[in-house]
Amino acid sequence: MNEIVIKQNLAPNVWLMGIYSPQVAKKSNPGQFVILRVAENGERIPLTIADFDREKGVVYIIFQVVGKTTSLLSQLNIGDRIIDFVGPLGMPYEHNPEDKNYLFVAGGLGIPAIFSKVKMLHSQGKNIDIIIGGRSKENIFFEDELKKYCNNLYISTNDGSYGKKGFVTDILNELLESGKRYDEIFAVGPVPMMKAVVDITKKYQIKTLVSLNPIMVDGTGMCGGCRVKIGNEVKFACVDGPIFDGFEVDFDGLMKRNSYYQDLENISYREHKCKIGLGE
Amino acid sequence: MDVLKRVPIKEQEPIERIHNFDEVCFGYTPDEAVREAQRCLECKNAPCVKGCPVEVKIPEFIKLIKEKKFKESYLKILETNLLPAICGRVCPQETQCEQNCVRGIKGEPIAIGKLERFVADWFRQNCEFEFSKPQPNKRKVAIIGSGPAGLSCASSLAKMGYNVTIFEAFHKLGGVLYYGIPEFRLPKEVVEWEIENLKKMGVEFRTNMIFGKTFDLEDLKQEGFDAVFISSGAGLPNFLNIEGELLNGIYSANEFLTRINLMKAYKFPEYDTPIKLGKKVGVIGGGNVAMDAARVARRLGSEVYILYRRTEAEMPARKEEILHAKEEGIKIIELVSPVKFIGDETGHVKALELVKMQLSQPDSSGRRSVKPIDGSNFVFEADNFIVAIGQSPNPLVKKAIPDLELNPNGSIKVDENLMTNIEGVFAGGDIVTGAATVILAMGMGKKAAQSIDRYLNAKKV
Repeated sequence: MNEIVIKQNLAPNVWLMGIYSPQVAKKSNPGQFVILRVAENGERIPLTIADFDREKGVVYIIFQVVGKTTSLLSQLNIGDRIIDFVGPLGMPYEHNPEDKNYLFVAGGLGIPAIFSKVKMLHSQGKNIDIIIGGRSKENIFFEDELKKYCNNLYISTNDGSYGKKGFVTDILNELLESGKRYDEIFAVGPVPMMKAVVDITKKYQIKTLVSLNPIMVDGTGMCGGCRVKIGNEVKFACVDGPIFDGFEVDFDGLMKRNSYYQDLENISYREHKCKIGLGE
Repeated sequence: MDVLKRVPIKEQEPIERIHNFDEVCFGYTPDEAVREAQRCLECKNAPCVKGCPVEVKIPEFIKLIKEKKFKESYLKILETNLLPAICGRVCPQETQCEQNCVRGIKGEPIAIGKLERFVADWFRQNCEFEFSKPQPNKRKVAIIGSGPAGLSCASSLAKMGYNVTIFEAFHKLGGVLYYGIPEFRLPKEVVEWEIENLKKMGVEFRTNMIFGKTFDLEDLKQEGFDAVFISSGAGLPNFLNIEGELLNGIYSANEFLTRINLMKAYKFPEYDTPIKLGKKVGVIGGGNVAMDAARVARRLGSEVYILYRRTEAEMPARKEEILHAKEEGIKIIELVSPVKFIGDETGHVKALELVKMQLSQPDSSGRRSVKPIDGSNFVFEADNFIVAIGQSPNPLVKKAIPDLELNPNGSIKVDENLMTNIEGVFAGGDIVTGAATVILAMGMGKKAAQSIDRYLNAKKV
């Protein structure tokens, strides 16, 4: 159980891992996430389920090394076990079966997060366009995998080293201005990116879903740490989400809450890097 | 020796204990325990037993202490109470057994809880847990949640020869005993010892299993379980639903205590999970959870205020916890109710607007209601707030079993045998009663075990 069966480097500091966990794989659906822990004194961190294979009992996760836990995780190899791997958590992605045309907008680690949803919609014969973006060419990954399941794949990089120079929202603007219309737009990525997407799609009144990744401890609705304002209501992203109507999300509040532990997380990561000889 | 007075018990001095998470109370020595036991009148009608939800044979176990038969005394308690070391520490004895103690009419009641704890600790330190396995009956029962209700149900069933598996959502066992109650009140070592004993009895534990997510009733059926006991607790924190509650620096007591107890955030950065607490902290609520949160905050170095809408006399917390909190320098502000949180420009809380409350005359039931005093609003500044105003039943169970009948407050509806409307599925503990006590949950676990046994016998599974 919880054995790493696949490990691949996708981009600088970005890893794909396949974890053998038949019980999680069996119940997984697009849109859900897992919580894992890699050390006895470690944190519990949520990660999106990028894909799953129920027959093989494998759950795929993709993560970027941003702190101590993800750094420890990246040091594990095929054959190693993850001490705790819980899931699937959150509500699965739901869509209106009558909708035909979909647009996915993904930035950075949002790229793998759209994968299982795209795959599912493709199997139902939907029309799918995808915009992915990153800082630079090396931050773009999963391009070939996604291409298999969509009609058009658009790419932007901030420095212009690949695809169109600029942001995913520049491409989004162009598409919508040129008259392209979608029944649903799904945005995943950094909070400011999702906010920017929603600012545009609101003008066109196109239904827009976003997938949030706030601070969590248990992932079962028990701590309330992931509470986020959706319209006039307070929701727990772990049990009510992580997918919400983008027009209703209080992105500013979410950004503030997500930054709360940044200083302590930096301390933790810095100490860890010193210990393993990567000190700055 | 004054028979009207209790043998005093040694505790860590407040000045020391606010700097550590070690247990506050040291417990009786054998000599002290015997002296305290000698005060017991061994009343024939034993009013104390009637005050105990699991009817511990109190005069009998105390008599054995008098005779210095500590092991026998422990085994006597074990006949009806499966977790004496835990109950001796966290039960509200002053409103249960000790309230009925005849000694209490003129003097101080016998320290029943402290004596229970003494024999349990003595046994743990001096004896090996022995269990003669009963003839297995080949029936399988699944228990959801490893808190007090689940543990006691498992223990009762194991003694009857059942094959029992406990499913726990977290990576650690014990439920609220682990994530909820802090180390200084209930050392984790004690909980772990009790769980080890259950393992010796053949109970199987599976961690990281979330009911309604990782597995459901259908999976349990396929695995051949004949009955299910749901004891998943009251795991949904209540919030005040007032302005500003999403500001940074406001914790639910659940989050605060889980970070501390389960994730050991007080040992950051040795442990990876962080906690942030400023100089001054306000804790909202008056129950045991509020006391636990306040005392943890104190140990993290903060100046702590408990904000409560009634007066100290009406607080639902155990008297001992209130006393310990006050000894540790925690201040109680009575008759105040939160109106709105006020934040700074970075989105961090900086204050709470409160309104003063007044108590009415007691109504026919003797309960005094409170109402706000118009225009008495004032601002209470603090760096952090912890909301400890109770928990509701976790909604995941309902999502997992859509046909499950619930009470209007969201708790699971059960019949007199603790069976839900779904045949073979029983429930007990906080998911049925709403947030209550460890001993009440244990009592229900035990009762459910008996009901499950009767049910399966009748069904001839």
